[in-house]
Amino acid sequence: MPIIPVNYYIFLAVALFAIGIVGVLTRRNAIIIFMCIELMLNAVNILLVAFSKMHHVAAYALDKTTTVGTEAQLFVFFIMVVAAAEVTVGLAIIVMLYRNIHSVDINFLNRLKH
Amino acid sequence: MFAAFDNFPALLIWLPLAGGLLSFFIKSDKGAKANAMIFSLLSLGVMLGALAYTESKHFMLNQVSYVWLPGIGSSFGLILDGLTRILALLTVIIFPIVFLLVPSGRYHHANRFYGLMLLTQCGLLGVFMATDALVFYLFWELALIPVYFLSSTWGGEKRIRATFKFFIYTFLGSLFLLLGILYMYLKTGTGSFGLVAFYNVQLSELEQFVLFGLFFIAFAIKMPIFPFHTWQPEAYEEAPTPVTMVLSGIMVKMGLFGVLRWLLPMFPLAVKAFNTPIIIVIVAGMVYASFIAIYQDSIKRLIAYSSIAHIGLMAAGAFTLKDSAIHGMTLQMFSHGINIVALWIVADLVERQTGVTRISQLGGIAKKAPTLTIFLVIAAFANIALPLTNAFVGELMIFNGLFQFKPWIAALAGLSIILSAVYTLNMVKNVFYGETVAATAGFSDINKVQVLALGILTALIFVVGVYPDPFFKLIHETVGLIVNKYVTI
Amino acid sequence: MSKFVFLIPLLPLIGFLINGLGRNFLSKTLSGMIGSGVLVASFVLSILVFREVSAAGFSTQIINLFDFIKVAGLNIPFAFQIDQLSALFLLIITGIGSLIHIYSTAYMHEESSPHFARYFAYLNLFVFSMLLLVMGANFIVMFIGWEGVGLCSYLLIGYWFGNNNYNNAAKKAFVMNRIGDLGFLLAIFWMLSQFGSITYADVFAKASTAPVTVLTGIAILLFIGAMGKSAQIPLFTWLPDAMAGPTPVSALIHAATMVTAGIYMIARSNAIYSLAPVAQHLVAIVGLATALLAATIAIKQNDIKKVLAYSTVSQLGLMFLALGVGAYTSGVFHVMTHAFFKALLFLGAGSVIHAMHHEQDILKMGGLRSKLPITHITFLIGCIAIAGLPPFAGFFSKDEILAAAHDMNPIYYVLGVITSLMTAFYMFRLYFLTFSGSFRGTEEQALHVHESPFSMTFPLLILAILSIAGGWIGIPAVFAENAHWLSNFLQPVVPERHVHHHIPHNMELMLMGVVVALVLVMIVIAAKKFAKSDLGEPNEPTGFGKILANKWYVDELYDFIVVKPVNFLASFFSRVVDNSIIDGLVNGIGRGVQFSARQMRLLQSGQIGSYVLIMTVSIILFFIFQLLWKA
Repeated sequence: MPIIPVNYYIFLAVALFAIGIVGVLTRRNAIIIFMCIELMLNAVNILLVAFSKMHHVAAYALDKTTTVGTEAQLFVFFIMVVAAAEVTVGLAIIVMLYRNIHSVDINFLNRLKH
Repeated sequence: MFAAFDNFPALLIWLPLAGGLLSFFIKSDKGAKANAMIFSLLSLGVMLGALAYTESKHFMLNQVSYVWLPGIGSSFGLILDGLTRILALLTVIIFPIVFLLVPSGRYHHANRFYGLMLLTQCGLLGVFMATDALVFYLFWELALIPVYFLSSTWGGEKRIRATFKFFIYTFLGSLFLLLGILYMYLKTGTGSFGLVAFYNVQLSELEQFVLFGLFFIAFAIKMPIFPFHTWQPEAYEEAPTPVTMVLSGIMVKMGLFGVLRWLLPMFPLAVKAFNTPIIIVIVAGMVYASFIAIYQDSIKRLIAYSSIAHIGLMAAGAFTLKDSAIHGMTLQMFSHGINIVALWIVADLVERQTGVTRISQLGGIAKKAPTLTIFLVIAAFANIALPLTNAFVGELMIFNGLFQFKPWIAALAGLSIILSAVYTLNMVKNVFYGETVAATAGFSDINKVQVLALGILTALIFVVGVYPDPFFKLIHETVGLIVNKYVTI
Repeated sequence: MSKFVFLIPLLPLIGFLINGLGRNFLSKTLSGMIGSGVLVASFVLSILVFREVSAAGFSTQIINLFDFIKVAGLNIPFAFQIDQLSALFLLIITGIGSLIHIYSTAYMHEESSPHFARYFAYLNLFVFSMLLLVMGANFIVMFIGWEGVGLCSYLLIGYWFGNNNYNNAAKKAFVMNRIGDLGFLLAIFWMLSQFGSITYADVFAKASTAPVTVLTGIAILLFIGAMGKSAQIPLFTWLPDAMAGPTPVSALIHAATMVTAGIYMIARSNAIYSLAPVAQHLVAIVGLATALLAATIAIKQNDIKKVLAYSTVSQLGLMFLALGVGAYTSGVFHVMTHAFFKALLFLGAGSVIHAMHHEQDILKMGGLRSKLPITHITFLIGCIAIAGLPPFAGFFSKDEILAAAHDMNPIYYVLGVITSLMTAFYMFRLYFLTFSGSFRGTEEQALHVHESPFSMTFPLLILAILSIAGGWIGIPAVFAENAHWLSNFLQPVVPERHVHHHIPHNMELMLMGVVVALVLVMIVIAAKKFAKSDLGEPNEPTGFGKILANKWYVDELYDFIVVKPVNFLASFFSRVVDNSIIDGLVNGIGRGVQFSARQMRLLQSGQIGSYVLIMTVSIILFFIFQLLWKA
């Protein structure tokens, strides 16, 4: 079975990441920005998995018992957990904001300045 | 650590420290003043006792070295040697006099006031006695911080601004000092902050130049000498007068002392390379400050600029590296402290009664207060170094050293002798002579306590002026060590 | 003898302390008695010292009291030197000092008792300092006395401190003296570095080993000191102003003793000056110029004390001329005779002022001859003495100076003669305006004019006798060979000039005769002009007279070239350089920090988007930087 070259994963991840950044920078709706941040996180996850697999395959060819390269997949789980926690807190904040100022437009949210 | 309480340097540190801390817990103003008087007089007593044990066989009585921070090679080392004795003597003489003259009820929260003053005394004595760079730095700051609180709490109208400037300015200097000390520490090899270890550090020429610059700026700001002097007139004007006396009488000597104890012995190559331009700048600054003093209309600023000129002369004397000049400036540090405190006392008494410090708004006090005027005239003529007053001996020897160094520099510095007569006599004339004016119409002469305080200072003025020999004996050995370092180069 | 020599200055010091500390408790009689008593005691001791010094086989004595400074290679003992020169000055100072103290007890009697005691305290302190000055065995002790007399002069000129004009005069005197003192100090340092010692004996012994340029430098610097103290060009303007002090003070300090300190100093250092001809010429020229300038000014002054003051400046100039031409003995001789007749004149003027209730303008006097008989006759003696008519004291000393000047340079001689002619003129102008003609004061004054009490006339009489006979100790060789007692006496300290008289005796006699005749002519002119009973309306001086009346505008000139620039520099340094530039820089650094902090704060807009943008851009820049760095 032909292996998909790692370049494809990288291009996908970069594209997703770029979409995420552009989204964060250009959109004003807090929820969309939030989704874009998730997009970036997942772009990184894809990269982690892809590199991990590539790395492991290379090491496996030399030593059938090795576990080299699998740690990265552990990180993916961590990121997913953190992202889930983040979503919980973040969405809660956004909901509270909406209740208070009836808007999720971040341009109204410049109170950090004070 | 508490093994050696029975020697003089330790007592001189712990007494004011204990008195200062105790003061914060005394409720009544009278009690606080009595406490301050007792502890400052105890220090004076200890110092006078120490003067009876100056021979080298009593060495153990005059030095302390507590184990302090062995991990980084710092020990809590103090010493009373010739240079230190004369400055410590000045410190312990000035403080009781300052306390004596503080009228009760003048400063709110008097217990804090006296407490901070005693802490300052502790810091000053520590600076003079330290034989360890880290201890030196610690006390250097300990002397500064209480003064910050004293000035910003009990000072004049613009106290916050003036004190802030004073603090930031001198603190900047302190940072340079710290930087220099740390570098020296790293270069000792054995990792020691001890004075002797610092003296023995071998430095390249470039290192000496840079380190000299760091230490010099710190000391120059503290003294202060031209062009680092602009914090001084404001600070003197705004600080409460007792603090001003301490600042101008003793604290500025920290810079001069630093030059003698640290700068000159540590960086001989740099001193040799830079002393001519430094002396020229200082001497030009002296003349410059004297000119400015002529223009001042505030008694306090006039005394401040006069002090800059006098301090400049001492600093210039130190950098000539001449035996005569360094002896002279060491004695002059003592004399200047006495004279300027006497002047401040008179200025303060005038301000207290009239509420005015403008020279142009005063006049004719001599008619109302002849005794005060006599003391002022003596202090004023001591300030302009009339023979048989204390300043003459010191300034004569400094000028002699300057003349040996470069005759034309002595001539230039001599201009300040003439100018000092101009501004001092102007002040005497406009404030004390002439007819009385509105502000001085109800002036009354000074009381017995004030006569006592000024009398002590006046007596010192004449004792040192007529018979300076014992004082020279006191400092001779230590000063000789500094000078000899340069004879061999 | 050396056992009690220290008492000579110590007694006035004790008098100073008693009068100074006890001024509130002592009665006037008591403080006057203490003040004068200590001086008379010092005078008696001085006579004893003088007797011993003038005995045969006396050699210079050094009395070490204690080590003043003995450290760092300096060895300055507090020591006295008793020799012929100091013994002579001791006599003059304590002798005239005693007379003036006695005179003062009456003159100052109007003062309240604390001020009366203060006056005597100052006067005693002055005598103490002056004695230190002449007794010191080294230049430092001399300098201590030197500045001490300056201090007392300051205190006594400003004695009536309620008047700010007097205070300004006092300040001016002190500051001008300080300018001179700086020169003196520098000379001391130079001597220290050249000879390694400051003791007279060492310095003068080693003087010949030093290069001439060094000696010239030292001599000129010492002379600058003398200029200040002895009121020579350019530092002479303080002396006329110093007349603000009480008149006995003017007599003692500003005529007889302190102002002659410069002459003492140069006579004392003759070993240096004789080796530095350039400095000597300078001394002579400055002295002569001062003598002439002051004499011209004196002609047009109307204040009785101002005339005497300019006359003093002029006579001091003549003394410096003597020193400058190497006739040290003549200089000292003139110091002595001048002390007699000038003290006499000042005390006489004091008596007049006392009688006239503090009127000093001679245009408002006149006709006092009959009202003040003793004052009149003694004043006349003083005038004759200063004018230089034989056999009065001034004749001998002045003639000696002129003769010495003639040997050096005939031009000096001519100018010196012109000066003495002017002296005769203005002194007799003063005399005639004061004592002849009709009374021009108010009727009130006319009623109260009275002769002064005995304690004031007694010193006048003594000084009058001295003004007549004081010159006889210096009979010139023209009249009798080897009769110059003073020159023989001073021989060990002040060697005789090496220049011998070039002119034959008959020629010298003729010159003397011509000068005396001219002086008489001057007196007659003055009499014609000023002895009239009706002077007519005093008219404003015009042209040259106006310049003289305004003292050549020297004060205005100094104001323009010294005082104004100093004040300008003071205000420029204070307001512009210190406040704006240096402090501006310091404050500028502080303000710079504050300003940049304010600018940085703007980045914190609170816009989340902008934070994110900055973050992203920064990260990208960071990557780019990394890439380029690696490359």
